[in-house]
Amino acid sequence: MKSNRQIEHFVAPFDETPLPATDTLKVEAAPLGLWVDAWHKLRRRLMFIISAAMILLIFAVALLPGLFTQAPPNANCLLANSEGLPTEGHPLGFTFQGCDVYSRIIHGTRASLSVGVLSVICVLIMGVTLGALAGYYGGWIGALLARLGDIFFALPVLLGALVITQLPFFRENKGVWTVVLLIAMLAWPQMARITRGAVIEVRNADFVTAARALGVSRFGALVRHVLPNAIAPVIVLATLDLGVFIVLEATLSFLGVGMPTSIMSWGNDISEAQQSIRTNTMILIYPAIALSVTVLSFIMLGDALRDVLDPKSRQR
Amino acid sequence: MTRYILRRLLQVIPVFFGTTLLVYYMVFALPGDPIAALFGDKQPKQSVIDALRAQYHLDEPFWVQYGLFLRDLITFDLGVDFTQQPIAATLGRIFPVTAMLAVEALIIEAVFGVAFGLFAGLRKGKLFDSTVLVMSLVVIAVPTFVLGFVLQVVIGVQLGWARPTVGANADWGTLILPAIVLGLGSFAYVLRLTRASVLENMNSDYVRTARAKGLSRQRVVMTHILRNSMIPVVTFLGADLGGLMGGAIVTEGIFNVPGVGNKLFQAVLRGEGPTVVVIVSVLVLVIVVANLMVDLLYAWLDPRIRYEK
Repeated sequence: MKSNRQIEHFVAPFDETPLPATDTLKVEAAPLGLWVDAWHKLRRRLMFIISAAMILLIFAVALLPGLFTQAPPNANCLLANSEGLPTEGHPLGFTFQGCDVYSRIIHGTRASLSVGVLSVICVLIMGVTLGALAGYYGGWIGALLARLGDIFFALPVLLGALVITQLPFFRENKGVWTVVLLIAMLAWPQMARITRGAVIEVRNADFVTAARALGVSRFGALVRHVLPNAIAPVIVLATLDLGVFIVLEATLSFLGVGMPTSIMSWGNDISEAQQSIRTNTMILIYPAIALSVTVLSFIMLGDALRDVLDPKSRQR
Repeated sequence: MTRYILRRLLQVIPVFFGTTLLVYYMVFALPGDPIAALFGDKQPKQSVIDALRAQYHLDEPFWVQYGLFLRDLITFDLGVDFTQQPIAATLGRIFPVTAMLAVEALIIEAVFGVAFGLFAGLRKGKLFDSTVLVMSLVVIAVPTFVLGFVLQVVIGVQLGWARPTVGANADWGTLILPAIVLGLGSFAYVLRLTRASVLENMNSDYVRTARAKGLSRQRVVMTHILRNSMIPVVTFLGADLGGLMGGAIVTEGIFNVPGVGNKLFQAVLRGEGPTVVVIVSVLVLVIVVANLMVDLLYAWLDPRIRYEK
């Protein structure tokens, strides 16, 4: 469906007529909203269709792993099969412990994906709330947030994560939630910065002034008029962050400070496969492919979203 | 310009103190006795414990500890780590290695990122452009440790083109493989940044003027498009130098590079507080100074900031 505002017509080339092209918009027709417009553009993009399909599939695997594999991931592990090549019913071979690689990847999806999704939700709650308040009201919250952002900016994420994992609380309660908490602590300032910038851009727009003049309270205007119009860059960052956080979890698990080994996750699988790298490299490669494909899907989705939501890149 | 530099210099101070305070607090001031951890199951004499606590200022209140730590840091009296090795000597050994690795990675990502980005931007929408764009996403999506292992096994072991591990004597040649792994992630960003910047400049008025004057394509591309597109790229590269030095933990671990990241990781796992805080503080200082240099460079490159009164 095309926008109602576009009228099909032909404009004569400049050198044939002295008249410049006149208005090409039917101004009285209702314009399509940002989101409808974005959806129409997205639907036509191959990258969006591929990445959205992949993400749906990954979510299905995470929710219902039993549909995709019959082999139990941890039962029937025989050391005789250690680092074994693929056989009937075990398409990707066996881990060092003699467990089915394919089944472990399928069952590990849930942990990896939940860390990503939960971290993004936490980061969104913290980052958007504080960023919006700082951008809208300014004042000391804004100043504090800017300085806090500077501090976190000077600390590489992996470095910060490594130090935090050594705190007693994190060492003693290893699990999905501690990793989520850790990632959220390190990543929210960036989200807050982006939100703050977007809110500052919108807060003085005419429609906000109009809403205030019509009697909408200051906070009401923030929630109903400013935020919905400032949310586009936040959504793009959240999508990209999802991929980044899944990699971060895998990296931490790989270093041995992330998820406990009792939880099946791709990072743990890759970490364990290190010892088999010279004998059967593929044990490491398969979970790495699962991880990379998942991250790639989210990054591609984020990229496609940015193309349609960011007016600056839209002109190109 | 002078006022801008002064303002930026003043902003560095709270960032440095805030970051070191945060790290110092996390490493030292929380429950759990680092001295007790040092001895494991054995119970040392109380006099030994007291001496060690005094040596690391652990018998003082937290703020005094932090102040003394800062004094030691500024006077470059870094003390000894838990194995009684002078930390300054360790730093002198490991820092050049990581600096070399980071610079090599930076050169790789700059040369290839700018070249690919420029060609992709000039041929927007063509096959080369779309291939490079998708490939850059793939490079971003593959985690460093996976890339490290794959290149180590394929290039280092199976093909034998480069040393799979670095070991004690690191130089530019042996560091090539870890440098590629370290630089690849940022390579994708440099590429996309260059491409976007080239696209923006290609439609600018001064490029149209240059074309209209009848300048050769080569001159338009090299002088008018590329040089102006370098402003955001150079600033990214500058900021990335600090990130590369602090983010080399995984790469240095895989390739056994005797650098800062490797040492830091071991120190964190062993609970060697003094080593951790010193290394992190120095890294933060490097990053803060790198960011400051980038901002100054940006001001110098962009006349709109340069002439600000």
